[in-house]
Amino acid sequence: MVDRLIKKTEVADLVNRLLEKYRVYAPVRQQDMANFQEISTADQVDLSLANTTLSPKSIMLPHSESMFEFTLDKTANQAGILREVETDHTPRVIFGIRPCDAKAFQLLDLNFDTPAYKDPWWVKRRQITTIVGLGCNAPCATCFCTSVGSGPFATEGMDLLLIDGEDEFIIQVITAKGHELLNDLGIQAEPSREKKDMVTALQESSLQSIKSVVPTDSLKHHEATALFSADFWEEVQFACINCGVCTFVCPTCWCFDIQDEVSKSNGIRLRNWDSCMFPLFTLHGSGHNPRSQKLQRLRQRFMHKLKYFVDKYDSGVACVGCGRCVQQCPVNIDIRQVFLLMNDFKV
Amino acid sequence: MQSLKEKMMHTALLLLTERKVDAVLGFQRGTIPMMSHPILIRHPERADQLHWDSFCSTNLANYLPQRKERIAIFAKGCDSRNIVLQILENQIKREQLYIIGVPCQGMLDRRKVQAELNGRELLGVRETSQHLHLLGEGFMDSLERTSYLQENCAICTHRNAAIYDELLAEPVSEQEGVDRYEDVRAIEAMTAQERWSYFEKLLAPCIRCYACRNACPMCYCPVCFVDESMPQWLGKSLDPTDTKTFHFLRAYHLAGRCTDCGNCERACPMSIKVRQLTKKLEKDIAELYGYEAGLSLDQPPPLDTYRPDDPQEFIR
Amino acid sequence: MLNPYLPYPVKIDSVITETEDRNLKTFKLVFLNSADGKRFVHQAGQFAELSIAGKGEIPIGIASSPTEQGHLLFTVNRVGVVTTALHQMMAGDVIGVRGPLGNWYPWEQMEGKNVVIIGGGFAFTTLRASIVYLLHSDNRGRFGDITVIYGARTPGMLLYKDELKTWDKRSDIQMHITVDATDQPDWKYNVGFVPTVTQEKAPSAKDAYAIVCGPPIMIKFTLPILRELGFPDERIIMSLEMRMKCGIGMCGRCNIGTEYVCTEGPVFTLAQLAQLPPEY
Repeated sequence: MVDRLIKKTEVADLVNRLLEKYRVYAPVRQQDMANFQEISTADQVDLSLANTTLSPKSIMLPHSESMFEFTLDKTANQAGILREVETDHTPRVIFGIRPCDAKAFQLLDLNFDTPAYKDPWWVKRRQITTIVGLGCNAPCATCFCTSVGSGPFATEGMDLLLIDGEDEFIIQVITAKGHELLNDLGIQAEPSREKKDMVTALQESSLQSIKSVVPTDSLKHHEATALFSADFWEEVQFACINCGVCTFVCPTCWCFDIQDEVSKSNGIRLRNWDSCMFPLFTLHGSGHNPRSQKLQRLRQRFMHKLKYFVDKYDSGVACVGCGRCVQQCPVNIDIRQVFLLMNDFKV
Repeated sequence: MQSLKEKMMHTALLLLTERKVDAVLGFQRGTIPMMSHPILIRHPERADQLHWDSFCSTNLANYLPQRKERIAIFAKGCDSRNIVLQILENQIKREQLYIIGVPCQGMLDRRKVQAELNGRELLGVRETSQHLHLLGEGFMDSLERTSYLQENCAICTHRNAAIYDELLAEPVSEQEGVDRYEDVRAIEAMTAQERWSYFEKLLAPCIRCYACRNACPMCYCPVCFVDESMPQWLGKSLDPTDTKTFHFLRAYHLAGRCTDCGNCERACPMSIKVRQLTKKLEKDIAELYGYEAGLSLDQPPPLDTYRPDDPQEFIR
Repeated sequence: MLNPYLPYPVKIDSVITETEDRNLKTFKLVFLNSADGKRFVHQAGQFAELSIAGKGEIPIGIASSPTEQGHLLFTVNRVGVVTTALHQMMAGDVIGVRGPLGNWYPWEQMEGKNVVIIGGGFAFTTLRASIVYLLHSDNRGRFGDITVIYGARTPGMLLYKDELKTWDKRSDIQMHITVDATDQPDWKYNVGFVPTVTQEKAPSAKDAYAIVCGPPIMIKFTLPILRELGFPDERIIMSLEMRMKCGIGMCGRCNIGTEYVCTEGPVFTLAQLAQLPPEY
């Protein structure tokens, strides 16, 4: 599809017009960091940071959301019977998402949108959301997206991709949904040949600047049970403090818990983010816990991402190379080194 | 003169070769600038993996509870105080430990440094005694070290180890005339309403990842109260009341046990100043009992013991 | 699209206390909406999530056979928040059921074969469903010999006591009931641990499948005996337990390697388990 063009000075106007028809989520600066949140005016948007501290996964899978509601009032005729909570399903736009994070949504589709079961909230949110990405002219030293099937200008999971070309954004149209959004907004200008060449050059130099590379070629071929019993886990796990930082900042960690909460006679059934780092995650009612040790929990996280997921779906690793866990782990457990250990493992 | 790092390698090599200990607990250079990685070294030939700089702020005492082997540990002032408390609370035995005191000039706050970069990417740092040099694509900045200390380090009055078997270097002079509680007094001065909104704002970004708890050398309960299910004391959503309850109760549980090592704040991915809560309790304990945590093996935390002369005015 | 997380409302029709320690109760559930009951079509070996509003959900094996129409049976051990709340409920109370979930014992493969069922303690629930299913007149002719070895700590801890007696009297099923110990003078069945009784009774492995459910210690000592008797790992079938939440393979906690116990399980052959990391 034909590329379009928008002047940077027109972006605020574009966002404001989006806001007339859509709920818009964009990176917003919060003191020293930025995170995605629903915005009400264009001036909240901050596209200047390399990426947000938390991944945008909460837009599709909220950290905590009500699934069902009920009353425990015995005199009510529906006492104890769950009803779906009304959810806002008006159309939305995610504006300024990086390619790694957009790809993460596609990977999570493999879990939430399956032939056997469909997670209704996930599927609906995916349907009502148009995704406008932002290419990475200056990837971070911790970015390793190109090793894991994404890249600074990869378009997987996006409907439109904005590419920063100094005074303008070039807009790559990826899907019909994106095309429709542009037409809807009346953006018709097309980039000149020179602009297009400039973009190509930008993409080249950005790609060249990614120096962080991890190997993945052998992950598929190892025996899962052999990797599972590898000696290196003992060393990798030592520093881990078993907090949930890596899992909570990760765009591809999707595990959740289901909890009931009651206030007086009104209750809700919630789903909350959970983490395989927490002992409670797998604790049986009997007290038995298949992953009672920190080594087992840390191993589960990496094995899930780099081996089980690979074997189960044949769609690569469950990691998009965003580098958040590398930057945020309080004790510097670096997944890139685990890639190396697992991929180059010799029995 | 040998650097601290070289001395560490030498000491570890000696201890492991002579089999005085089974393992040495120290730091390895981080994979990214301004980070370090705690390691347990068991073989003398790996002693040269040890590293030391101003970003080795993780409190290594966090790795001690319930360990069985003989361990040598490099201990800054705060680490050593947590070791004292862990010994007092039977989490580790004194005779298992070989404590190597590391005189500390204060650790640097990577987030404060990060803020100085304005989005530029840091590729490396170099340290001199007074300065931190930041290196990146096309830039090299020099920062005055003292302006970028972790907040707890800036007001630290115990930079040398409280107990040790060996000192790695001459003790550093302790900071004097430090006002430890300026921020706490500011909060105390607020009206109840102001204070409540202050705490609400303070804790609003919390994502309940429990990094603060898990980074804390004194949070070693086998099952934390937030993880209890029968009864379940707390909800697990982002409900502000539950989140605040977690933080308040955790702080109370640390009353008289917190050494203000700053590990909690450093680990928080959302940069929440959780020390504002623990420091208030530290101040109260100091005022009520004249006690500072972890300075001596003869002084258990005041809330762990009873003395006839304990203050009782607050019981009404 | 039906919401797979939404339980069907059901009414507790009756509650039976099964064991002398009163920790095991069987709940007979009836669908409030008959349409839901029609949608709930299960196989012996599957489980469902029981839902108590305000407490949560708990995965429990379905103890009734698909051949028993009009109701569902669940035998529930009181251990945690949800099961304790359930134990306090009475006939007439409304709860929820979500399912059927997971896979089931491979009945099609077992057709024409002998079936050896080995159970211990309160893990006998889906085995009850299986026995009732096998003994149903529509099905009995499709299978060979049926042998059951079932043990509990004491006579009072056996589940489904009346049915055990009825089955024991039948000639088309070989029952070996056992207890670890008893002081009942008139106890006319076996005394001894399940593995020992299995060894004594030595069910033939020829053309046979073994289904084994019980506490870890029982499984540990029974498996070597089955192998000794000549059962290949492909014909030793087990049902696993795991902490679960969603029950539909999404929440991420019940995996053993690539397999989610809630969707790819709970039923696995020993041969399948050998391919997976030993983490359960």
